[in-house]
Amino acid sequence: MTTDVKKQDSMSTPTLAPHQDAPTGHKAPEGRVGAGLFDPKQLVKSLPDAFRKLDPRVMVKSPVMFVVLVGSVLTTVFSFKDPGDWFGWTISVWLWLTVIFANLAEAVAEGRGKAQADTLRKAKTDTVARRLRGNGSEEQVPGTDLKIGDLVVCEAGDVIPGDGDVVEGVASVDESAITGESAPVIRESGGDRSAVTGGTKVLSDRIVVKITTKPGETFIDRMINLVEGAARQKTPNEIALNILLASLTIVFLLAVATLPPFADYAGTHLTMVVLVALLVCLIPTTIGALLSAIGIAGMDRLVQRNVLAMSGRAVEAAGDVSTLLLDKTGTITLGNRQAAEFVPVSGTTEAEVADAAQLSSLADETPEGRSVVVLAKEKYGLRERHQGELVAAEWITFTAQTRMSGVDVDGRKVRKGAAGSVIAWVEERGGQVADDADTIANRISEAGGTPLLVAVEDADGARVLGVIHLKDVVKEGMRERFEELRRMGIKTVMITGDNPLTAKAIAEEAGVDDFLAEATPEDKMALIKREQAGGKLVAMTGDGTNDAPALAQADVGVAMNTGTSAAKEAGNMVDLDSNPTKLIEIVEIGKQLLITRGALTTFSIANDVAKYFAIIPALFAAVYPGLDKLNIMGLSSPDSAILSAVVFNALIIVALVPLSLKGVQYRPVSADRLLRRNLTVYGLGGLVAPFIGIKLIDLLISLIPGL
Amino acid sequence: MSPVLAGVLQLLALIAALALAYIPLGTYMAKVYSSDRHWRVEKWIYKGIGADPDTQMRWPAYLRGVLAFSAVGVLFLYALQRLQGVLPGSLGFSSIDPDQAFNTAVSFVTNTNWQSYYGEQAMGHVVQTAGLAVQNFVSAAVGIAVAVALVRGFARSRSGELGNFWADLVRGVVRILLPLAAVAAVVLVACGAIQNFSGIHEVGQFMGGSQQWNGGAVASQEAIKELGTNGGGYFNANSAHPFENPTPFSNLFEIFLILVIPFALTRTFGLMVGSVKQGYAILATMGTIWVGFVALMMWTEFAHHGPAFDLAGGAYEGKEVRFGVGASSIFATSTTLTSTGAVDSFHSSFTGLGGGITMLGMMLGEIAPGGTGSGLYGMLIMAIIAVFIAGLMVGRTPEYLGKKISTREIKLAACYILITPALVLIFTAFAMALPTPANSMTNSGAHGFSEILYAYTSASNNNGSAFAGLNADTQWFNTTLGLCMLLGRFLPMVFVLALAGSLAEQQPVPATAGTLRTEKPLFTGLLVGAILIITGLTYFPALALGPLAEGLAS
Repeated sequence: MTTDVKKQDSMSTPTLAPHQDAPTGHKAPEGRVGAGLFDPKQLVKSLPDAFRKLDPRVMVKSPVMFVVLVGSVLTTVFSFKDPGDWFGWTISVWLWLTVIFANLAEAVAEGRGKAQADTLRKAKTDTVARRLRGNGSEEQVPGTDLKIGDLVVCEAGDVIPGDGDVVEGVASVDESAITGESAPVIRESGGDRSAVTGGTKVLSDRIVVKITTKPGETFIDRMINLVEGAARQKTPNEIALNILLASLTIVFLLAVATLPPFADYAGTHLTMVVLVALLVCLIPTTIGALLSAIGIAGMDRLVQRNVLAMSGRAVEAAGDVSTLLLDKTGTITLGNRQAAEFVPVSGTTEAEVADAAQLSSLADETPEGRSVVVLAKEKYGLRERHQGELVAAEWITFTAQTRMSGVDVDGRKVRKGAAGSVIAWVEERGGQVADDADTIANRISEAGGTPLLVAVEDADGARVLGVIHLKDVVKEGMRERFEELRRMGIKTVMITGDNPLTAKAIAEEAGVDDFLAEATPEDKMALIKREQAGGKLVAMTGDGTNDAPALAQADVGVAMNTGTSAAKEAGNMVDLDSNPTKLIEIVEIGKQLLITRGALTTFSIANDVAKYFAIIPALFAAVYPGLDKLNIMGLSSPDSAILSAVVFNALIIVALVPLSLKGVQYRPVSADRLLRRNLTVYGLGGLVAPFIGIKLIDLLISLIPGL
Repeated sequence: MSPVLAGVLQLLALIAALALAYIPLGTYMAKVYSSDRHWRVEKWIYKGIGADPDTQMRWPAYLRGVLAFSAVGVLFLYALQRLQGVLPGSLGFSSIDPDQAFNTAVSFVTNTNWQSYYGEQAMGHVVQTAGLAVQNFVSAAVGIAVAVALVRGFARSRSGELGNFWADLVRGVVRILLPLAAVAAVVLVACGAIQNFSGIHEVGQFMGGSQQWNGGAVASQEAIKELGTNGGGYFNANSAHPFENPTPFSNLFEIFLILVIPFALTRTFGLMVGSVKQGYAILATMGTIWVGFVALMMWTEFAHHGPAFDLAGGAYEGKEVRFGVGASSIFATSTTLTSTGAVDSFHSSFTGLGGGITMLGMMLGEIAPGGTGSGLYGMLIMAIIAVFIAGLMVGRTPEYLGKKISTREIKLAACYILITPALVLIFTAFAMALPTPANSMTNSGAHGFSEILYAYTSASNNNGSAFAGLNADTQWFNTTLGLCMLLGRFLPMVFVLALAGSLAEQQPVPATAGTLRTEKPLFTGLLVGAILIITGLTYFPALALGPLAEGLAS
């Protein structure tokens, strides 16, 4: 049985799952990604790190910036040989700044994760574990000495020493150290809520935990590594982009390195400083400088939304997803069914049913019970009565055993509950169950709803008054969400344990493209494999142990933090809020990451055109005066032209740091519209911006006296 | 009729003719390379060379076929030239020197047809017909075969099989090039091109004195010279020579021959990948660049002012009066945007900017529409690069025609685009830095530099046209230009075939609304932009010191 089936059946298991549906405070504005904070102060704070990253062994990982580093060293050396050359010194300084700005971008991106890592480290204080010996006695060992398979006891107040599964008992656990959510969660042995995480705190009761992870490799350790970027590996697309950037760098290296003999023939000598300046302006430094910051920031945007991606590869894959498998309950519909109508049996009126239903539901604190009260109020104008208003009333609260709630007041007994329980109650009192009560209940069941009976016992005896129709309520805005996904080219498939009829009704209401009814884990797995065989990338969420194989098979498998450790192990992302709707945001973040890379690459290459128009006339107009016609910006002097291009090249990196951290704005529209927009902004913008920027810098430089 | 109007009308006539031929020829070629039946004559050839035309080859086997066949071609052609002195039917010409024989052998096998010799003063009937003309056919067929292999890489999935090189080669010659060349040769003969095996004639000159003219199978060689985008003229004056290109009509017809296969191959591509629209997008890219360059060339050649120009009605220096400025501009642009290199006017005599346009055309990698086959594969490589950047901008890891462009693909494409710039720039730099090569220049200043830059650009891109003036028959130039041709032809082929193999192994990704639409005008625009910017950035400094310095001087 898949987990969603269980959750639907909440009338029988009203266990509290505080995280299940409640959106948490971390959510971004609905449907949009891009809300990342950027504080200019971070630039200053990260400066020491930026200098630390000047280590050539670190720099060599980014071929473009490594070339700039080598260039900076060269110009500096040549400036020392000719100390009176202010031009050489200025160029050297700006080249060094270019390198430092690039490092700064990366340091700022990493810095945002560091704060998070520090909080996590606090949770990871060295704990003392109470290990159970074979004979049942306890021994105190350091948490770091635990081995997989050890049993440890945790009682109220204890910090759980490592990741594991509860094998005995039930307890409420404070997981705020990891999730940031302060409401405690229930962890119990067996089932899908058995996983506990090291570093979280038991608030009540006693549990026995079987350790499943080695110390140092626990969830919290991995989280720290992830947010700090220590475990960061270049993703496939990043590697591919790096290759393209490296080859462009080689092309420009060739163009610049072959220039001296050409220039000598033309009758002008090019200095090393000028050649390096030209090279640095041409190679794609903007994207080269920001590439790793973009990647880190992408992961970080997920972390901001309380999603942990186990690899950057998964984030990239999220952008490519073309099929989303969404569990019905909690993702498409609200976790609980809600009262939709009151149906009277013959001889009673709707208003009578509504009144009795409301009265009997006052003592029912489950969401279903609340929804009955709300419906009666909204639809029939029945004021919600408070329990205190009715004196001498005896309230029967809802329990999983009785599956009924109600009230005894003024000699009148009103009950509401599951069909079987209510019928038993009526018959017990010698009452008669109207024939049409059965018919109505069956009709509701067939339409995918859940019938609740309302009965009364008064002077006229015990009888059924009518039926409450509980149905799944599609979350608000889901239809629009799916519409957006369709425009993005993503197919949505609803997964449910319901029968096909019910599933179809909800699928149509929610506007999903397809549904899988009466889904077993095997069906889910088969669906994923079928989609993948067609070349599609599949994303899904899951939390149960039986979801694990499907989570592992999916290209993007998001495990709910409330789920089992098997599920968390199998997926490549974990959602700490356990909010399955977030899958949509994850896809958007993945796309945004790729778009940001592409946009800044385009921008970077387009920039070169203007730089040529600045530098080439500056270098050669003296020998070939005709080339001065290329100086369309009208730059004041050759030195100023070269310097302006170099300064622009450095400053544009800093200017684009916020964009690379926030990511390019993403809207869920078709590929065509996205491309048109981004090409206009970053392609055309990239062509035009440097003409303006270089001209402005040149104006400033020409104001300096003596130049 | 004004010369400008005449040029424009000729351009329109040419476009109309190309449009008429596009669908039938493109469809026919797709059938040729998709058919599983062999013609009888083809079966004899397969038996003769001992090849099994039905085995499917993966990319290494396909590449081995290409390289082995070409190596044999170079050796044969080299031997033929070295033995010319003892062969009959050589009009009494002596054997060719080793360095020039190497250069010429490589030149014709690589579809470059750079000529450091004077055709009518060095090559007899046997070398011209049995050697050079044969390579005109097979080198073109090799180019198409490699392009078709890349197209199959896109079209096929999970197999890694690219077809059979021997079958592609033989079919290209037997079913496409031979029949078309035969028809074209008849048309050229009808226009007045010569076709005989006559000896050397002593002809009295108009201004007194005498001149030696020899006959030859000129029309037939002329046909495949243009059709196979070869460009090696029977005579040194190439298509400016009245025996090769007698009338304005034959001139226009030769331009048509140059362009017809490269353009039509885009339809072959579209049909083979199952989307004619994708073919149209590539066609539109090639067409946009070609028309743009022709327009630019006409503009520079007509609008260049000065007393002599104004009197003549355009930049007539180095152009044939019977063709005019307009047609010469179309020819010069078409020959340098393909790997042809035939000339009906002299590129070094064009205006400074006009000469720059011919160079830039080659520097683009000859992809608009490019050489037979090489134009298509070169353009598809650029499409992959453009898709990679643009694909990211739509938020997906890039894919083209349903195939993912990931690390391996981008590595191979990046290697491809590195080769020619590296050859052109490095060899030009050495030629400029070393003391002796510069002695070959006829001009000084920017124009002299252009001569050398043009030579290496032409050789590395397998064009073969020359900026007349450079004395290229020296050991340095024969050897280095030979190397440029060899590396500029076969290294890219290695990467193209490896890429094809990698694509053919992939499983296709289905297109969704989130997929970058590569058949839309937006993508065509992007591709044109990417090609111009990437090439422009690579060569801007070199061009600035040559044609730009010259063209902007006045």
